[in-house]
Amino acid sequence: MRRGVGDGQPAAFWAPLFVAWLLALLATAGALFLGEVMGKEPCLLCWYQRIAMFPLVLVLGVGLFTSDVHSVRYALPLAGVGWGISAYHLLVFFGVVSEGLVPCGKGSSCVDADVQVAGGVPIPLLSLAAFTGIVVALWAARGRARA
Amino acid sequence: MNRKWVVLWTAVAVVVAFAAGVGVFTSRSNQEARQAARTHGEALVRAHSPVFGNPAAKVTIVEFFDPACETCRVFYPIVKRMVNASFGQVRLVVRYAPLHQGSDTAVKILEAARQQGKYWEALERTLAAQPEWAAHHRPQPAMIWDLIGDLGLDMAKARADADGPAIDRLLRQDVADMQALKVDRTPGFFVNGTPLREFGEAQLRALVAQELDKAGAR
Repeated sequence: MRRGVGDGQPAAFWAPLFVAWLLALLATAGALFLGEVMGKEPCLLCWYQRIAMFPLVLVLGVGLFTSDVHSVRYALPLAGVGWGISAYHLLVFFGVVSEGLVPCGKGSSCVDADVQVAGGVPIPLLSLAAFTGIVVALWAARGRARA
Repeated sequence: MNRKWVVLWTAVAVVVAFAAGVGVFTSRSNQEARQAARTHGEALVRAHSPVFGNPAAKVTIVEFFDPACETCRVFYPIVKRMVNASFGQVRLVVRYAPLHQGSDTAVKILEAARQQGKYWEALERTLAAQPEWAAHHRPQPAMIWDLIGDLGLDMAKARADADGPAIDRLLRQDVADMQALKVDRTPGFFVNGTPLREFGEAQLRALVAQELDKAGAR
């Protein structure tokens, strides 16, 4: 069994795990900044993505702290679900999928460009990029732990 | 370096960057709001707006008001007391910011009552009953007609006025001014043209006191 407990031997999975955590941390900070500081009210789909993203900071953070490769196992489902929702949100944003499929009416709109764009980049695209990076990094961490 | 420290310092760095971002963003948006109030000074007070208190008061509180907004409801008696306790030094100018669904209808009914001199009575009843008619998922502003039914209004005329072009024009002007002044939440206060950026009753009182001092009214 290859579990780098302690800091004596650098575990091979640590670096990609760190990358995944850093992405989740930056995405969480960014989401909170957009929502709480800039006052862009999160739409329903944004909330679902937040539900997948925010716990990753803690799950992966604890995993990094204890060099526990099992944290990958707990993080991957969250990252996978988040990836799916952000991909769907992006399709809704670009009008490929009709918004009627999801009750976005309450709260702010999932399509409104005013709410959904930060610095010229659609927020769901940022979210999808972050989730993609996290999934890839977690996959790499899993591969390295097995090797 | 110990890997635990890498994690800790990364987290600290992100938190510090976040706090710095909050500082930069807040000061920049305060700047923009002040700038908007300066360049669109004419948009603050229009001749068509309801005024509470001495029309010649030295200090003017402009409130962008939404009859369906809970915080506006809470602030109404506070601002009213401030005006009443100022011995004619402070007046309130009511502007409309119908940000909730159904608020535009509520505003039109209030303005129709105003044309028959019953504005403040109608406003107080509307605010008192706000929880009943302004539920955000199912607003029923038409209920306000029943609330003000016994104020002695010519109801047929009031209903015609509410749908008339004069009130529609007034509301459109207020919405345009709201956008020009970058008011995006209610109540939006300006005191002698200075936007209240950090929201709260104490902050509003402090701003009014500051403007009273400037005006040499104390």
